[in-house]
Amino acid sequence: MDPEYRFSHKHVLGLADLSAEDIRTVLQTAESFKEISSRSIKKVPTLRGKTIINFFFEPSTRTRLSFEVAAKRMSADTFNISSSGSSTVKGETLIDTARNLAAMNPDCIILRHPRSGSARLLADHINASVINAGDGTHEHPSQGLLDLMTVREAKGRIAGLKIAIIGDIAHSRVAHSNIIGFSKMGATVTVCGPATLIPPGIEELGAQVSRTVIEAVEGADVIMALRIQKERQQDPLFPSLREYAKFFGVSQKVVDAASPDAIIMHPGPINRGVELDPQLADGSRSVILEQVTNGVAVRMALIYLIMGGD
Amino acid sequence: MPGVILLKNGRVIDPANGIDQILDVLIADGRISAVAQPGSLPEQMEGIVYDVQGKWVVPGLIDMHVHLREPGQEYKETIATGTRAAAAGGFTAVAAMPNTRPVNDNQTVTLFILAKAAEAGFARVYPVGAISSGSNGEHLAEFGELRQAGAVAVTDDGLPVGNSQLMRRALEYAGDHDLLVISHAEEMTLSHGGAMNDGPLATRLGLRGIPHVAEEIMVYRDLALAEFTRRPIHIAHVSTRESLALIRRAKEKGVTVTAETAPHYFTLTETAVDGYNTLAKMNPPLRTEADVAAVREALRDGTLDAIATDHAPHAELDKDIEFDLAANGIIGLETAVPLTLQLVRENQLDARRMVELLSVNPARILGVPGGTLSVGAAADITVIDPEMKFVFSRESILSKSRNSPFLGWELQGKAVLTLLDGRITWRQDGDFSS
Ligand SMILES: [Zn+2]
Ligand SMILES: [Zn+2]
Repeated sequence: MDPEYRFSHKHVLGLADLSAEDIRTVLQTAESFKEISSRSIKKVPTLRGKTIINFFFEPSTRTRLSFEVAAKRMSADTFNISSSGSSTVKGETLIDTARNLAAMNPDCIILRHPRSGSARLLADHINASVINAGDGTHEHPSQGLLDLMTVREAKGRIAGLKIAIIGDIAHSRVAHSNIIGFSKMGATVTVCGPATLIPPGIEELGAQVSRTVIEAVEGADVIMALRIQKERQQDPLFPSLREYAKFFGVSQKVVDAASPDAIIMHPGPINRGVELDPQLADGSRSVILEQVTNGVAVRMALIYLIMGGD
Repeated sequence: MPGVILLKNGRVIDPANGIDQILDVLIADGRISAVAQPGSLPEQMEGIVYDVQGKWVVPGLIDMHVHLREPGQEYKETIATGTRAAAAGGFTAVAAMPNTRPVNDNQTVTLFILAKAAEAGFARVYPVGAISSGSNGEHLAEFGELRQAGAVAVTDDGLPVGNSQLMRRALEYAGDHDLLVISHAEEMTLSHGGAMNDGPLATRLGLRGIPHVAEEIMVYRDLALAEFTRRPIHIAHVSTRESLALIRRAKEKGVTVTAETAPHYFTLTETAVDGYNTLAKMNPPLRTEADVAAVREALRDGTLDAIATDHAPHAELDKDIEFDLAANGIIGLETAVPLTLQLVRENQLDARRMVELLSVNPARILGVPGGTLSVGAAADITVIDPEMKFVFSRESILSKSRNSPFLGWELQGKAVLTLLDGRITWRQDGDFSS
């Protein structure tokens, strides 16, 4: 590593903005924080006196909890502000709300929002650091980083691996962050899903596109199934969940086509029997619970690094 | 009564009369009273003499596509502020789109717009009526009364006419009242929910795309209906290469079609929205390099007849929000001249073609006076300094809104004097000598 190197981002809005070196630093930091989580006293005083706001415009207990636990383990003060639906409905815009939050002098805002670009918008209008906890169909960088961490842990490396991502690539911020992150770290990423769910130009993010799931997972070291959002059914994207499961679900037959020691991942929550066979989700190749554990460590690392930890 | 004005030594570009040379132009009683060799006209004692050497003297520019927002959204623009911006941009006339609140679908709104325009006195305003009542796509608006009140064309701009039968009937019935039908070409089931051009950049930004076929399908439909009904049609804000190919082919077949584009479609690509820049969000969206090249080619070869700005003022609260919630459109009146002159500097267009696109053709398409410096014509004249450089800044903007992707750009070329009926509606401060 370059001895001059320092993680120098004020915000983490997407993996597109991070260099391979930045990503390595986050992963190394997260690995050292993971040890804290295994202690009996799971708390360090690193961020005592710092204020972190979890600002969630979309319901997401998992991600919010993960960030909250991460902040608390470093002794930061955390506040949760949720708004089901958009508060724009009430006539208050994201910027209005952000200006009100600014009165609390937060050091960091964790934002989850249904609109792509909202994290950038917030970052442009507030002094605090912003971590994007998922903006629309754009990026979900902490999820991408925890997936990278989980793969590195399981496989000992990322470069040279073959990653297959199966499902709704078009509407998945997780897929976007993973394609960017894994290809930046030297892995090969192949995506597959119904043609209606493969967006134009996904190759430019670093992914190859396969026509069939079997072809996509051939020799893969990692199989990642993405959640099919049932509310997307109103668009004519695929005929039924039943047919989706039959042609694009990750089944034992799919796993058999992958590398013999391939691991199975899913960002959760899982529609069991749709995108992923229930037995595989709970089986020995699944690292889905590891993903959750690593989520806390990665989020501790992100908060620590952007708040000037050294 | 406007007095006498002598414009000396300017480069007079008057395509309608085949003129492009250094001449003097004399204006009296609101009309052009003489166009003659430099120095040959007597300098009137009581008149104003402007030495416009090095500058262009052209027929008043006509923007056939603007949104003035009044009535209903005066916080964005009023007829007074919009026409003042028009005058500063070198325009002496604008065609005002009907998507006001209420919609200009009846004579009362049309008369209101004309009264406000007369009161402001900065530019001629040609109201464009709605095709359907409320622009809701169901019933024809009262074209006859709209025409009588002063409307020159009809459109549901802002929205397409989704119902093909309604568009057919609009074309047929508009003929009875001598109204031009203007098409905002967009196939809504394809564009629905889209925020920018469909493609790799939209994928990277996580924004829903508007595919170019959404425009082209509707352009084709409207060309087919125009051919079928044997009625003229005008296609607004053309943005894609394939739309232009369709229009070119229709013209070759003899379909009576005219078409406009806007300066942003020959100046910017979709990359202007990168970073979620809502100032570059518009409908149709900014497209690709290939589309920009095709638009430039079509301006040269006559496939496109006019440059119109689609001036669409929006306040900060409409723009400084999440990208896919932000309003579509940009202001354009004060940047059209320098952006078009850029094409002249790049030898994409010559000066004569520029004047045709910005004045002669819009007048002809709308069937309104103007577009000429003929002796006896109303003295609607624009004097352009093609060399003047300026930075387009928020402070310099006369429109009530400042939503422009060109903020901070150094532009070259500016209207320095605008005359309406021989009256000065705009005069640039500074070096301009009198
Ligand atoms: Zn339009
Ligand atoms: Zn318009």
